[in-house]
Amino acid sequence: MKTIYHFIIKELLQVKRDKKMLVIIFMAPILQLIFLGYAANMDVDIVHTTILDQDKTETSRNYITRLLETGYFQIDYYAKDYDEITNLLNDGRTLVSIVIPKDFEKRIKRRETAPVQAIFEGSDASKASIALGYIQGVTTKFSQNLVLETKDKPGMKSPLSGSIIPEPRVWYNPEMKSRIFMVPGILGLVLMISTISLMSMAIVREREIGTMEQLIVTPVKTYQLLLGKLIPFTLIGFVILVIVMIIMTQWFGIIVRGNKLFLVFAAFLFVLSNLGIGLFISTVSKTQQQAMMASVFAVMMPMIYLSGFAFPIENMPQFFQYITYAIPLRYFITILRGVVLKGIGISSLWVETLILFGMGVSLLIISSMRFSKKIE
Amino acid sequence: MLSRIFAIAKKEIKQLRRDTRMLFIIFFFPVVLLIIFGYAINFDVKHIKIAVYDQDKSDYTRNYINGLISSDYFDLVTYVEDSNEIKRLLDEKVVQTVLVFPPDLSKKLMSKQDVKVQYLIDGVDGSTASVIQNYVNAATYTYSIDLTKEYLAVNGKNIYVPIDLQPRFWFNPELQSTKFLIPGLMGMILIVTAVISISLSIVREKERGTIEQINVSPLSSLEFIHGKTVPYIFISLINATIVLAAGYVLFGIVIKGNIFLLLFGTMVFLFAALGLGIFISTVADSQQVAFQAANVTSLLPSFILSGFIFPIETMPQAIQILTNITPAKFYVIILRAILLRGAGVSAFWEQLIYLGIFGTIFITLATIIDKRSRGKN
Repeated sequence: MKTIYHFIIKELLQVKRDKKMLVIIFMAPILQLIFLGYAANMDVDIVHTTILDQDKTETSRNYITRLLETGYFQIDYYAKDYDEITNLLNDGRTLVSIVIPKDFEKRIKRRETAPVQAIFEGSDASKASIALGYIQGVTTKFSQNLVLETKDKPGMKSPLSGSIIPEPRVWYNPEMKSRIFMVPGILGLVLMISTISLMSMAIVREREIGTMEQLIVTPVKTYQLLLGKLIPFTLIGFVILVIVMIIMTQWFGIIVRGNKLFLVFAAFLFVLSNLGIGLFISTVSKTQQQAMMASVFAVMMPMIYLSGFAFPIENMPQFFQYITYAIPLRYFITILRGVVLKGIGISSLWVETLILFGMGVSLLIISSMRFSKKIE
Repeated sequence: MLSRIFAIAKKEIKQLRRDTRMLFIIFFFPVVLLIIFGYAINFDVKHIKIAVYDQDKSDYTRNYINGLISSDYFDLVTYVEDSNEIKRLLDEKVVQTVLVFPPDLSKKLMSKQDVKVQYLIDGVDGSTASVIQNYVNAATYTYSIDLTKEYLAVNGKNIYVPIDLQPRFWFNPELQSTKFLIPGLMGMILIVTAVISISLSIVREKERGTIEQINVSPLSSLEFIHGKTVPYIFISLINATIVLAAGYVLFGIVIKGNIFLLLFGTMVFLFAALGLGIFISTVADSQQVAFQAANVTSLLPSFILSGFIFPIETMPQAIQILTNITPAKFYVIILRAILLRGAGVSAFWEQLIYLGIFGTIFITLATIIDKRSRGKN
């Protein structure tokens, strides 16, 4: 017990003495969470629009007004012809050009169908499809009103049939802002990156510098050595966790609707599984450079992409959905968002909590077994 | 001078070649990432899981539901019989939206009144929620028009659809996300390889003490840094080629623009990225510090601040200014222009100049700091 204690003290002292390390361990998560929390935003609030109105009638003007009323469209240019549209799209100066044909009003009056073109600069597929959704919404509604209007005209006398009106209600995040969705996700990312990168270098470092040999000749047991590494890093991970949680709630003003203690507990389990992954990397690597490259390319980047942090897991093909089950960050993000946004607790999230616990423990056991106090 | 640079470069390459594990990671995993990107990452919202709370159970509601699920967009997961169940379904992410038909729906429709149907949408992911909202609006209006059509047909009149919206997507007709994301991914892989590997390889010499042998040798700091950099430029270029080749083989992504321009742009970008890496390595004393610093400056910023996934113009002003710290931002613009639009130098010369200045500043700073620290010893 005493040996482990000395180890912990030594490890913490090392961090404390290394001023640069100290600053970077604790400042990096704070800065990253703050800056990236503001930057990670997928809302399409403004659609840069160009209008080519070849009709210039009351109906076409009405249609444009309907578009503007949604508040999403900002008309940057009124084009004169197709060439102008082509140039604007090529230069990426407009996201969409809406083309209203010459006989728009005439056709509608004759009860024929008038084609309206929406030409997108489609390189950003997600932005373009969200913008298309806005335009479709306006157009269908406008169409329906036109139908109802003509029916009302005197002479037709056909009474209104009833119609169905959709009434969407968005739960948990009524303004559909991505910040409240993204910030908890980034909290998970930052926590993962700092703990994995700390731990992945822990043991390989002693090997590379040569201090491992000194440890090997001492009577320290393997488990003491491991605990002496794990406990201080768990402590550091915990401090980072508290700091980033404070920033999320105080700086971003994101209210945790559920139980904070449960969240901290889940985060603790998550830190354990990260340390397990880090330890594993550290035991299989020969140099710190290898450890770093492995943790970035083989572990952190795939996990970031597949965790559901920014890319919805439901949209992935089945095969990749199965892979995501092996990623601790996935469960932690589900728990984070559940507790923070939905205010649900362990009764709904016990499966995720249990998996996280199982992963943490088994990862730590597997990597500890791989670790041996030997010279290679 | 050249021979000394060459000697250092040769030593570095030898060291790298012996480290097969490291080479494996550097060359193999970018392809894995590309596959993940190409197949797994998808912003198309389809197969929305929906539950229906049908309190009316009439032909109207059945037709309406059939209309919804016959499209690719909605998958009916379950019927709800009790309003208390709705909360559980949404809380536990069993479904993404719950459709509620009021009990008097058919009665109201038959007496020619308007009826509201409620959609309860899981809004945790705001952008998916807004797409779902658009879908349900469109689906409902379409059904409504159908109803009116039927009704009028009974009365011997017909109806028409006044406007036919025809969307066209230029540059990316199938709306593939992959094409858009690959430049970003390339930028990210290159900057991480460049910044991390160069900074570690220099700091390693410090940590092991071999830097002192170099200090007493006639090598100047500039020669040392150049010699260290050259091998990593090659590694990064090979990496870029692998990613591009994999993009072509797996996803059919062709380079629309000039390939030499692409090479030139990549070199300029590498100059900037390596500059950053060299700077980190002169400041950091241990590989641990270098790793953390490289992570902070390259991993997440190149992912979130580069405009690769999150559009820069929707960020707050202060953050928009901050995005300039990551060379990846400029490289992504250059790559997209060359790869997707086949544009020439006129579309991105500003970015090239910026990257050049960026690299020069960091290398100058690094040389100054390095000279000072050598003077101290």
